[in-house]
Amino acid sequence: MTDGTSALPGSGRLRRPGAARKARIDRLATVGGRSGAPGAPGTPAATDEDTADVGVSLLRDAWRRLRVTPVFWVGAVIIALFVLLAVVAPWIAPHDPGAQLLIGQTSRARNSIAPPQAGYPLGGDTFGRDLFSRLILGSRQTLLVGVFATLIGLAGGLVLGVLAGAFGGWADTVVMRIVDVMLSIPSLLLAISIAVLFTNPNLTSVIIAVSVVQIPVFARLLRGQMLAQRGSDHVLAARALGVRRAPIVFRHMLPNSLSPVIVQATLVVATSIIDAAALSFLGLGSQDTASPEWGQMLGEAQDRIDSHPGLAFWPAGCIIVVALGFTLLGESLREALDPKNRR
Amino acid sequence: MLRYTVRRLLQLVLVLVVLSLLLFLWLRSLPGGPVTAMLGDRSTPDKRAELTSVLGLDQPLMVQYGKFLGRVAHGNFGQSTGVAPGDSAIGVFADRFPATVELAIGALLFALVFGIPLGYLAARRRGGWLDNAGVVTSLLGVAVPVFFLAFLLKYIFAVKLGWLPPSGRQSPDIDATRVTGFFVLDGLLTREWDASWDAVKHLILPSIALGTIPFAVIFRITRSSVLDVQNEDFIRTAEAKGLTNRTIRSRHILRNALLPVVTVTGLQVGALLAGAVLTEKVFAFPGLGEALSIAFTKKDYPVLQVLILASATTFVLVNMLVDLSYAVIDPRIRTS
Amino acid sequence: MTLAACANSNRDQNSSSSSSSQTGGAATGATGATSSADTGAAPSSGGSTSSGGAATGSSGSATSSGGGGGETDGTFIFGAAGAPSMFDPLYATDGETFRITRQMTEGLVTFKPGTADVEPALAESWTTSKDGLTWDFKVRSGVTFSDGTPLDAKAVCFNLDRMYSQTGAGATQAQYWSDTMGGFKGDTKTPSVYKSCTAKGASDAVVTLTRFTSKFPAILGLPSFSIQSPTALAKYDANDVKAEGDSFVYPAYATDHPTGTGPFVLTKYDKDNNTVTLTRNENYWGEKAKSKTLIFKIIPDETARKQELQAGTIDGYDLPNPADWDDLKSAGFDVLVRPAFNILYLGFDQKNHPALRDLKVRQAIAYALNREQFVSSQLPEGAKVAEEFYPDTVDGYTPDVTKYPYDPDKAKQLLAEAGASNLTLNFWWPTEVSRPYMPDPKAVFTAFKADLEAVGIKVNESSKPWNGGYLDGVDARKPDLFLLGWTGDYNTPDNFIGTFFSDPTSRFSTENAPWGATLSKALAAADSEPDDAKRNAEYVALNKQLLGEYLPAVPISHSPPAIVVSSKVQGLVPSPLTDEKFAPVSKTS
Repeated sequence: MTDGTSALPGSGRLRRPGAARKARIDRLATVGGRSGAPGAPGTPAATDEDTADVGVSLLRDAWRRLRVTPVFWVGAVIIALFVLLAVVAPWIAPHDPGAQLLIGQTSRARNSIAPPQAGYPLGGDTFGRDLFSRLILGSRQTLLVGVFATLIGLAGGLVLGVLAGAFGGWADTVVMRIVDVMLSIPSLLLAISIAVLFTNPNLTSVIIAVSVVQIPVFARLLRGQMLAQRGSDHVLAARALGVRRAPIVFRHMLPNSLSPVIVQATLVVATSIIDAAALSFLGLGSQDTASPEWGQMLGEAQDRIDSHPGLAFWPAGCIIVVALGFTLLGESLREALDPKNRR
Repeated sequence: MLRYTVRRLLQLVLVLVVLSLLLFLWLRSLPGGPVTAMLGDRSTPDKRAELTSVLGLDQPLMVQYGKFLGRVAHGNFGQSTGVAPGDSAIGVFADRFPATVELAIGALLFALVFGIPLGYLAARRRGGWLDNAGVVTSLLGVAVPVFFLAFLLKYIFAVKLGWLPPSGRQSPDIDATRVTGFFVLDGLLTREWDASWDAVKHLILPSIALGTIPFAVIFRITRSSVLDVQNEDFIRTAEAKGLTNRTIRSRHILRNALLPVVTVTGLQVGALLAGAVLTEKVFAFPGLGEALSIAFTKKDYPVLQVLILASATTFVLVNMLVDLSYAVIDPRIRTS
Repeated sequence: MTLAACANSNRDQNSSSSSSSQTGGAATGATGATSSADTGAAPSSGGSTSSGGAATGSSGSATSSGGGGGETDGTFIFGAAGAPSMFDPLYATDGETFRITRQMTEGLVTFKPGTADVEPALAESWTTSKDGLTWDFKVRSGVTFSDGTPLDAKAVCFNLDRMYSQTGAGATQAQYWSDTMGGFKGDTKTPSVYKSCTAKGASDAVVTLTRFTSKFPAILGLPSFSIQSPTALAKYDANDVKAEGDSFVYPAYATDHPTGTGPFVLTKYDKDNNTVTLTRNENYWGEKAKSKTLIFKIIPDETARKQELQAGTIDGYDLPNPADWDDLKSAGFDVLVRPAFNILYLGFDQKNHPALRDLKVRQAIAYALNREQFVSSQLPEGAKVAEEFYPDTVDGYTPDVTKYPYDPDKAKQLLAEAGASNLTLNFWWPTEVSRPYMPDPKAVFTAFKADLEAVGIKVNESSKPWNGGYLDGVDARKPDLFLLGWTGDYNTPDNFIGTFFSDPTSRFSTENAPWGATLSKALAAADSEPDDAKRNAEYVALNKQLLGEYLPAVPISHSPPAIVVSSKVQGLVPSPLTDEKFAPVSKTS
């Protein structure tokens, strides 16, 4: 156990500067919500050894427990509906979300928008576009933001984490210094800093800004997992058998490190969607007028909240429900995958 | 412990130097710039060129960075160009730092005062209505965008009901004496009770908005760690030994469950700084977060540099303090 | 509502009497009461038209409580959108700074409340030579600066010389001087209009110019050219501006000790709480301010300003979002609409796209834009479609110009004639900004994009933050089409079309047009024509050419900005120049 992950706030904590914070991220993501207490005296041993030997049995085990968890089903159903909506959106949206069909009844200057009417169940927005269609198509962009931000964050974290965790030594030092610098800036601040770099804010810039923030988190998580794996029996055994480094990393260490990563990824989808909305609120969101995104819709409707609450409440409600869905799924996955629950 | 602290501080300096160079290069690669921001729609190519050369922005980046480091060595981080033009960037930080600290303390207080007891109670009566309500609230708290919640709170409690002031730190017509810059504290020190009370009223709504996420996290951590601890052997032993509930509660469960709570609270500081950008903007609360969002729109480079470096410093320092506080809570660390 | 009504009547007055640039004096007391014995008519320049010294009556009816009502020791709290740069108006360019310094300092002349017409202030009257090069200002007697220094001709000349002899960083910051007067002392490239100022006795300040300009003396009413205390200027090193790193360091005078003759003096700038507090100048020469304390509370967020007003924690704020006007009015607030003294235009940059150098293409675009619908649906009430590059209250406006009513068929036909049926243009619009002439850039763009596409022009959209690439890009002449505008500083044609088109290498790239240099020369010639009638005729001719033969941009609209106050507030007169004075403002409880 060379790393802080192993012995939570236990011995050796003060030996390695910064170990505590690193450990915390690992632990939070691994087990935090359900069992923040592996650090509790009694069980200084980490969960890593347990996860090291997971395999099909753990997954089956997890599924067995998930199946009977209502929280999981609520989350899963929300997400399934959301994804379904995003996929079929162009076919079920009654109107073009960019077309100013109701412009005749709209005046931004006089703050009048088209009321709900036949064919336009929610009325128009401040540009005379059909709010209902925009909400439906917004699911698409929102899903894109959530999923791509997570994937990019995951990919970046994977590269850094594997580099650091699998090789150790100077690679570890360099990578972790970079991660430290990134972690030393609060997440939203980092996202803002990246978002302002783009001269032409659009969906891509939002996704990049939101995803970069997640890279160090995933990196630290994976590194902790990999480090724990390095000392585990099956890796030692493989090494003793003369298996080369790459196969060990990719066949043994990585797959066994993934379950906390999956949990974290699920939660990050929700965070990304909310962060994207925050960027829009700060005026750094996508300026693309034709393709709607919920965060963008909410950000733009902020100052109309008292006169036309619907413009803000609909997208806000959608974001909350979807974020809740991913959070519920993530939390229930975390509980199910937590080896401590295998009792 | 001392060696550890010194080492952490040295590491901090290294991080700051790297960060300052990155920041410097990053700021200068941003589109637009202070010259544009100063000239606005009166700008002409001639004026732009003149201002650029007067400010030395046409020199090579490394020369500019060298000059910047030279000034920093003398404690001069430059003058604000957008947030509070004419004030030094350090001055802007000094003026606004107490505001954000007050807000962060308010938010943490809110989160801790409600999060820990509720989390404890929820765990003790697992599955009860309080538990369920708490879990749902905490999940919602994470899912609702901070700025939207802030806006709702402001709209309902300040604009519609008029119970609390909608924005700012203190009513301008209160002629308060400034001592430390912490308005609540100043009022107490100078016995200007009305000034203190007014400042507190201005803090309530932003603190709730900013404290929701920490509340949700602290609630969940407390709950789960109490759940874990009460299943531990030593609690069972204590119960078997016939210790009173009260003793078990205070001496064993809470104390042992607190450790992860402290950890998480420390980790929330970063989230607080970030959330402050949104909350302070909504409540026009003159703190660091608001300064930051103005600095971004007005391209106030010196202020951006100081604010980001300072927030990184705070973040790192707070984390160090959290690490050190383990030693206080968990005696086993002290000995090692 | 009385105030809003008054604003309208002012505008009517303004438009009917504005054809003379040197409108004579008027009663200065804002309430119309004869508070100052010195109120006098200023003789206008030789031979030019002059209107008599009629009392303005501008706010006599507006101040419902007359002169006596209102709480005289109250506090008036105004919500400002940003922090002031500092308090020396010479170095300022931003409205937030000027709004504060306007209450503390005064110039030789000022603008009649509610109009852009010049009237006497620290100069009781003035005479001018026939060639318009020598100006004799009679300095008001019995006026002292707030530090006790008496105002005399020497103090006036000290101030003008100080502005003229700015150097280094100070010169780059004194932008209104370089905009209006040209260069500074010793500048050979752009020689200054200003030559010298000599004090003849205590009360005569004689200013000589190197050439005539139509801007003079109106520009002396700009806040930047306020007269400040020579003692304080010297004592606190007022000229000691330094450039350092990315920013400027201002001297103690500008940050802490501004000293003028105005009705208020600076008490404190509380940076912790973001408030600027002014107190009544009890020794003010004119009618004393109605409020004892005037507080500017800095609230950068627009929605927060509105809500503070609704919650009653501030008494007013500037530039309410037009979308909020109706809500605010129905909630009982007074939305005071200023006369629209601005212009929004769609600029053509003739640098990159050769098709834009063809007049027919530019005209086609003008016909393609449905400006009427845009103005009626997207701009606040009171907004008008612009037919020329400045509002009709400015000299040289003529109804007799080529007009471009909405006509998509004609647009298509013109495009076909020009052989530009497959046109693709880069259309730039700014984000993160709201200007008085353009409250909602996105709405402008969205409307015009649709119009252009309707006549078969493809639009490459490019949105950039105002300070983060938009202004830079427009100045670097990257777009083909762009949205920009201007709010007038004072009432001369040169302040509008001179600013836009004088420089052939400006954002319009008129250097690529055969008439670019000609236009530039004609603008300079018109500005330096001392004879009012001749000058007017020149501007009329220029306007006809601009719209009919040149069309370097399409004028879009004049949009009235507003200022909103609670219903308890009386006496605020909205000004087209945003030159609102808070001294006559009072508040009933």
